[in-house]
Amino acid sequence: MAKNTKKHKTKKNGYKSVYERDGRKLFWMALPFVIFVFVFSYLPLWGWSFAFVNYKPGRNLLDCDWVGLRNFTTLFMQPVMRNRLMEVIRNTLGMQLINYLLMPVPMFFAIFLNELRSVKFRKFVQTVTTLPNFISWVIVYSLVYGMLAVDTGFVNNILKELGIIETGISFLTDSNHVWLKMALLQLWKSLGWNAIVYMAAIAGIDHEILEAAEVDGAGRMRRIWHIILPQLIPTFFVLLIMSIGNFLNTGMEQHQLFSNAMTKPYIESLDLYVYNMGIGSGLISYSTAVGMMKSVISLVLFAGANWLSKIVRGTSAF
Amino acid sequence: MRKKDGIVVKKKKLSTADKVFYTITYTVFILLALVCIYPFYYLIINTISRNDYVDLGLVMYKPIGFHLKNYVNLFKLENVANSLFISVSRTVLGTFLPLITTAVLAYLFTKEHMKHRKFLYRMTVITMYFSAGMIPIYMNIKMLGLLNNFWVYVIPGLIRVYNMVLVKTFIESLPAALEESAQIDGAGYAQRFIHIIFPLSKPILATVALFSAVSSWNSYMDTLLYITDSHLYTLQFTLYEYLNQATAIAASINSMTDMSMLDKATQISTTSVRNTMAVVTILPIICVYPFIQRYYVQGVMIGAVKG
Repeated sequence: MAKNTKKHKTKKNGYKSVYERDGRKLFWMALPFVIFVFVFSYLPLWGWSFAFVNYKPGRNLLDCDWVGLRNFTTLFMQPVMRNRLMEVIRNTLGMQLINYLLMPVPMFFAIFLNELRSVKFRKFVQTVTTLPNFISWVIVYSLVYGMLAVDTGFVNNILKELGIIETGISFLTDSNHVWLKMALLQLWKSLGWNAIVYMAAIAGIDHEILEAAEVDGAGRMRRIWHIILPQLIPTFFVLLIMSIGNFLNTGMEQHQLFSNAMTKPYIESLDLYVYNMGIGSGLISYSTAVGMMKSVISLVLFAGANWLSKIVRGTSAF
Repeated sequence: MRKKDGIVVKKKKLSTADKVFYTITYTVFILLALVCIYPFYYLIINTISRNDYVDLGLVMYKPIGFHLKNYVNLFKLENVANSLFISVSRTVLGTFLPLITTAVLAYLFTKEHMKHRKFLYRMTVITMYFSAGMIPIYMNIKMLGLLNNFWVYVIPGLIRVYNMVLVKTFIESLPAALEESAQIDGAGYAQRFIHIIFPLSKPILATVALFSAVSSWNSYMDTLLYITDSHLYTLQFTLYEYLNQATAIAASINSMTDMSMLDKATQISTTSVRNTMAVVTILPIICVYPFIQRYYVQGVMIGAVKG
């Protein structure tokens, strides 16, 4: 393609103008699509102005009182609001921290699955563990709902049969270990899927190196530790860097579904907070202010991750 | 290493360390597989067993008192049939319309001599990493008159940027000579796209179509945010309502309970409706799952290579 461009540029004026006219034609063909993208992705930015006014539902934006940065200062200064915001930030960071701690799990899943001899068994495990990735959180919720029901659920029945507990545990309406439960559910849903990248990376490892190591007397664990793992670390870091930009996007679907009176103080992440405050309570101005801060911080994180990637790998991650 | 020479098949004797390793690893993976598959199995056996036993939590490992009445009864509930229709329509429209727009835009972006190409392309791609936020997007949708409108399910997703990048990468990998020969024969962009690029891009387009289909079917946030009219609820959302609000489901059930036909084993109940509906909601995903497996992995690989 690049060659093509050069060839045309060196051609005589007549050709060049035809070529340019063609380029302009293409521009006009692509423009409607880009305008479409603009309308749904850039145009909403006008809504940021809600953060600087005292918005009352049903009123025109221009009729609202301009309050400058007062919405932002109230969020941090007014004790009740500050407490809730801090709680939400704590929840977001806490849940993300556990997610990050669990990040190597798919890598080890792939390594150990790859060590198994039976191809059929490997295929089976991969197929079965990838399935949850394709179902919605509503379905996950209803599966959990059935499995963990207090009196009739599978897990409580088993625990009762084994004599571990006397009365059913109410897993879903319990304020203990909420972060861990959410992180484990997310792991359940994404484990097999996230392992695919590592499976591919392992398949790409030169077999001669592994065979040479075996000839030299390296046992299984040594081969995993000294050959396979080092080859997967770059993939791991790319994924890690790419996830930084999404650090604040904890995914509201899951938290919205699993939140109830008991779990809410621990499950309310930034996204859910914005939803509850904006759509639920109608506090458009405050929730826009929170969302705006989130967008800006995400952009900074994203730029930082890209910069980090350029330093570490020499290319931009995105 | 595992070698299949065909002639000499040596079976290495397992050392004790290997035996321990395999026992532990196989056990762990079998458990993992069970944890992933059992909830689905459990849900299904609970929909085809005697409803009074299900309510007591007696159905654990296999169906008891097999019957399919729950599935028949489910579709007698008015909202269920309607939300199934909404879900199917949005999935069909939300798969094929974006496929066309995404492919056309991807094709146009492969033309390097397009005026301001860099600018337009950057503007489009940046939207993958940046969002104005939930509330401004909500207000924008409201301004565009898409609140409580069926088209809110389809229109905002018409251009899926990530998919567009995948398709563009694929088209760029096709031999340029094919298109050039058609160009020499006098074919315009539209003709070249329809007769050459589109048919050749089938593998990636299938991948992209599956991406869109699964995400359309699974999506429920858009209903939560933009729809309050229950006639426009999707299956996912109605299921969510039924799971969360006992009153919503009770109202539906009461409207159809016929006292003369009371039969404990097949009588419709809150649990039976919830479970059966969940199965109906999963079913399409399970049906396309074999294809997903084949195509999705390809898609991920292309995405991973190109970033």
